[in-house]
Amino acid sequence: MSSNRNHDNPRTLSGLPIDPLYSPEQLATTGFDPTADLGPPGQFPFTRGAYPTMYRGRLWTRRQIAGFGTARATNERYRFLLAHGQTGLSTDFDHPTLTGYDSDHELAEGEVGRLGVAIDTAADMGELFDGIPLEQASVSLTINHPAIVLLAMFLHNAERRGTPWAALRGTVQNDSLKEFHGQKTFALPPAPALRLTTDVVEFCTKHVPNWYTVSISGYHTREAGSDAVQELAFTVAQGMAYVESAQRRGLAVDQFASRLSHFFGVHNDFFEEIAKFRAARRMWARLMCDRYGATRPESMRMRFHTQTLGSTLVRQDPLNNILRGGLQALAAVLGGTQSLHVSGYDEAYDIPSEEAMRISLATQMILAHESGVSATPDPLGGSAYLETLTNQLEEAAMAYIERIDNMGNGSMLDGMLEAIGSGYIESEIAQASYRYQQRVESGDYTIVGVNDEYSDDATNAGSLELFEFDYAEEERQIERLTTVRQSRSEADAAATLRDIVQTARADGNLMPPILTAVAAGVTEGEIMGALRDQWGEYVDPGVF
Amino acid sequence: MNQNLGFNPPRVLLAKLGLDGHDRGVKVIARALRDAGMEVVYLGMRVTADQVAAAAAQEDVDVVGISILSGAHMRLMPRMVDALQRHGLRGDADDNVMLLVGGTIPDGDVEPLRQIGVDGVFPVGTFTGEMIDFIHNSLSIDGRGSG
Repeated sequence: MSSNRNHDNPRTLSGLPIDPLYSPEQLATTGFDPTADLGPPGQFPFTRGAYPTMYRGRLWTRRQIAGFGTARATNERYRFLLAHGQTGLSTDFDHPTLTGYDSDHELAEGEVGRLGVAIDTAADMGELFDGIPLEQASVSLTINHPAIVLLAMFLHNAERRGTPWAALRGTVQNDSLKEFHGQKTFALPPAPALRLTTDVVEFCTKHVPNWYTVSISGYHTREAGSDAVQELAFTVAQGMAYVESAQRRGLAVDQFASRLSHFFGVHNDFFEEIAKFRAARRMWARLMCDRYGATRPESMRMRFHTQTLGSTLVRQDPLNNILRGGLQALAAVLGGTQSLHVSGYDEAYDIPSEEAMRISLATQMILAHESGVSATPDPLGGSAYLETLTNQLEEAAMAYIERIDNMGNGSMLDGMLEAIGSGYIESEIAQASYRYQQRVESGDYTIVGVNDEYSDDATNAGSLELFEFDYAEEERQIERLTTVRQSRSEADAAATLRDIVQTARADGNLMPPILTAVAAGVTEGEIMGALRDQWGEYVDPGVF
Repeated sequence: MNQNLGFNPPRVLLAKLGLDGHDRGVKVIARALRDAGMEVVYLGMRVTADQVAAAAAQEDVDVVGISILSGAHMRLMPRMVDALQRHGLRGDADDNVMLLVGGTIPDGDVEPLRQIGVDGVFPVGTFTGEMIDFIHNSLSIDGRGSG
């Protein structure tokens, strides 16, 4: 029998200590109160789930993100996914689109359509969802600082297709603050980026009532190297800043809070991850009620999407990643996720192949239909270990939030701007990231095939059929962009850009002039360029 | 340039080319190399090959390490080699700056990258210890750095 190095000094991946044994008696001595701390599923504080019946009433949405090449290529992948059991769509945009540059910009070279779909104009957006019923398939647009531009392109196309905005169901990520410590695809400095996030919240509250206006995200923060406590803390902190920003705009919390959603990653530490999801729901409900004065249960109910973390996938023996994804997905389901993406087992090599995505969807269907875990809400609720971990995670995350709140003298909006500007959040994440790497390299945390005693036998990709990127897609996209520029009225395009700049200076909501601009064939890079000229660019401080 | 013949610690410039924002790896490496006694300059993200080469010349570094997780390495690394040549940092065998790349690099791209002049290729998951050994060994063979 081999020794279990991971259990020599038992603690969770976030470093929380683990006792030799947990018991209901011991849990009772901690002041745990099932009525106040859990409540029934679907009721405050929502610890046991967002809805009363959970998956018994409705399964989670199988939402595998996809995007590469031109809109035409991604549209084909969407049709493939819908034909293989997918129930919602999610769009990955390429780096130039995420950072607000057109495909023909100098910095875009080699990245056009590479890790996501390239969208420059409203015409591209139209082609992306060509033939896909927008009233039936809910759509998630994974875009942040340029969210207002991409959403305008989406709304413009819905209008052209005759779909009323009120009938649209979907999500725009629009989480501007996490860009500075998580995804790092920022286009603007923090304060103006937050203004654009709030413009979308305000516009949709009034005109696109069934749209989720922000997907408050921890996934990228975790990918950037944070631990579970930090992911939980910074995600909730971002959400608090958006709530305060919308309130400052004059919106009442019960008007917009039910259209905020969340997005988490899920890592290897099975119970810590389940506890994280439960703690997140409880923290959000308590904060929305106690601090922000929400009165509608919908305003306090956290709903979230989960993606199994790409950074947990290893190159050695890549088929083993299928099991890692399955366990992570199970943790997300036991944590009560509303939708799920299982990362492809081949993603340590490249973006996933069709075969890898088919297995990811099958993983979800095996959990949904074969395992029995969907039969009753929160099946692990009341477990002494899980409840203890849930309490510990909430406590540790709230300590971070208090620290940030103090930086803003009682305003989380100001606190987050300060915590980002001073490099505090980035530094905390960099330290956690380095600690994890040291645990792996020292063998203190075992990853099979990477640092265990059998790792020498591990094989690499071998016969995997990896995704083949076609670099001609970049040329095709630049041709499309050139065609749009040539066929529009330059006078109209220039006039709409002037309008955008004037509205930016006058502190008005930018959605109406941006809608006019995208309809006139103005590109994403031109709109974001005008805003960059107005507000400046952000330079990453590179804290390590 | 690069007359680092004595006992000075290796000087390393790290950067991310293009628009790619995945910076967990490069920051872990920056910290690990610094903890191993090297002098590390992290130029940051969203820089061009020309900016990296100019900084490498100005900082008089022994090693340039590029992190790319966008899949654009086969497009961007030839640009990097060219830029180093234009700035006089490559071409003369005795005076070459060492060029490394790390990131999401499929096995099939490793040899082509070496062919165009990349000295070391480190796919995701490479231990920092391996990279530190590689730098020390290569510099001592070249008669540079602390070895």
